[in-house]
Amino acid sequence: MKKYTYTEKKDTRSGFGAGLVEAGKQNENVVALCADLTGSLKMDAFQKEFPERFFQVGIAEANMIGIAAGLTIGGKIPFTGTFANFSTGRVYDQIRQSVAYSDKNVKICASHAGLTLGEDGATHQILEDIGLIKMLPGMTVINPCDYNQTKAATIAIAKHEGPVYLRFGRPSVPVFTDADQEFEIGKAWMVNEGKDVSIFATGHLVWKAIEAGEKLAEMGIDAEIINIHTIKPLDVQAILQSVAKTGCVVSAEEHNRLGGLGDSIAQVLAQNLPSPQEYVAVNDSFGESGTPDQLMEKYGLSTEAIVTAVQKVLARKTAK
Amino acid sequence: MATDTHRLTQIASQVRRDILRMVHACQSGHPGGSLGCADFLVALYFDTLNHHTNFSMDGKNEDLFFLSNGHISPVFYSVLARSGYFDIKELATFRKLNTRLQGHPTTHEHLPGVRVASGSLGQGLSVAIGAALTKKLNKDTSLVYSLHGDGELQEGQIWEAAMYAPYHKVDNLIATVDVNGQQIDGSTEQVLSLGNLRAKWEAFGWEVLSIDGNNMADVQRGLAEAKSKTGKGKPVLILMKTEMGNGVDFMMYSHKWHGIAPNDEQLAAALGQLEETLGDY
Repeated sequence: MKKYTYTEKKDTRSGFGAGLVEAGKQNENVVALCADLTGSLKMDAFQKEFPERFFQVGIAEANMIGIAAGLTIGGKIPFTGTFANFSTGRVYDQIRQSVAYSDKNVKICASHAGLTLGEDGATHQILEDIGLIKMLPGMTVINPCDYNQTKAATIAIAKHEGPVYLRFGRPSVPVFTDADQEFEIGKAWMVNEGKDVSIFATGHLVWKAIEAGEKLAEMGIDAEIINIHTIKPLDVQAILQSVAKTGCVVSAEEHNRLGGLGDSIAQVLAQNLPSPQEYVAVNDSFGESGTPDQLMEKYGLSTEAIVTAVQKVLARKTAK
Repeated sequence: MATDTHRLTQIASQVRRDILRMVHACQSGHPGGSLGCADFLVALYFDTLNHHTNFSMDGKNEDLFFLSNGHISPVFYSVLARSGYFDIKELATFRKLNTRLQGHPTTHEHLPGVRVASGSLGQGLSVAIGAALTKKLNKDTSLVYSLHGDGELQEGQIWEAAMYAPYHKVDNLIATVDVNGQQIDGSTEQVLSLGNLRAKWEAFGWEVLSIDGNNMADVQRGLAEAKSKTGKGKPVLILMKTEMGNGVDFMMYSHKWHGIAPNDEQLAAALGQLEETLGDY
């Protein structure tokens, strides 16, 4: 197992904030909109640096998405910022018609995704957003795993022509990927090569997959860990190459098991390489109030849950 | 006024013929609101707008128009074709498989003249505000226009946008509401009264003016007046009184023709009331 260490923990939303300023410096057409959550989205630095390119729209997310679509006409590259719930479920039809179907170069940036939003509870903990957005034709869906990757992804999507959904979160998590990395949209990252099982993880679950990989190594299990930061377009080749070698899969995501990364992988495998798969995901339920760690534990998104899923899928592989 | 009112009225008569023939040919679509807005869109495209029919999505240094009530696509398509955005023969493909003239306007098929999809109501004012903000950032002094149905004002997003534009001094925007008082299930009074629209928009901070949308001279006057009120710190709203189905006697004074097509006899009767001025497609 390749060794990963970290010296600090940071929130992925701060990676977005830092990346947004950098993108703004690189291209004067980058503009940003926020629906009364500037501090939560860490957009204050962009607002301070480029006040004329920052639009405070108030608590009016539908209007924000529409304004963003309009801003693209004439060459601007708008980044919208609010919580993931209000970035997707609340404005699904606006994204569908004014952004996706109209092929507008809007970057929908969503913080506080999933359970790790914590104490605010289920009204704010969207676990369906990946599914909602990946179903829209033409949308790119990205869920980076740490501060550095989120910063790099933010810079990369500014250079990408087309609508993007960028999903990140609130809690401080280990920073273990390279600073100043190049982010390649749609290209999976090989975290650890292994031969017994493929663990495909996205977002906050990537670090937990690394922790699980270390425990599995102690048990003599050689896990391949791949970070699928881009859920759409999916790196089909990386998935098939890995599963052809390992013969079984665990998918791990902070999302409902219905419609998320696991389902995208299952669809690829069903068509090309049917293989045993276990899901580490929320089991078709809403969340609740609690600390991020308590919630990840209760809803089955812990390091131990990944280890258990690997043992289960290995047993199925052997029984086959 | 740049273009002679009589000439515009002649074009509007032809546009009304196009609308009726388009919805008749596919036996679907929305003739009522299309007929009512024919004079406005003809005046806009043939007189008011500074625009280029050599279409570019970015529309830099030209006036832009956004149709928010996308169901009146027949009048939009006819006016775009008659303006020179595409061949008028293409009007015959309206709502048919593989057409660029989708039931509701889209950019997906790359029809020249369309800059955003509309159909799901209430979204176009926000989009128009965004385009107007980009013009300001680009130091582009041309204007942005939008058209909305009165029934469409029942959508909440309209009022989010209505609140935003005055506060942020989006004064390069002229939004028009087609006040025909009708919607699918009946009159707006019966379905969900809009109340005092002038008072509502003024309370939100808009510069509001009223026009008779089925009187070409008044439409021209109103659009000129609206333009004169831009650049003064407020967005401009035109309350445009129209008659749904205007130009065809049996289609007026009712919501019945909102979304149904005439049969052969009805088409003949309707066309008999509208002079063929530019030649049918």
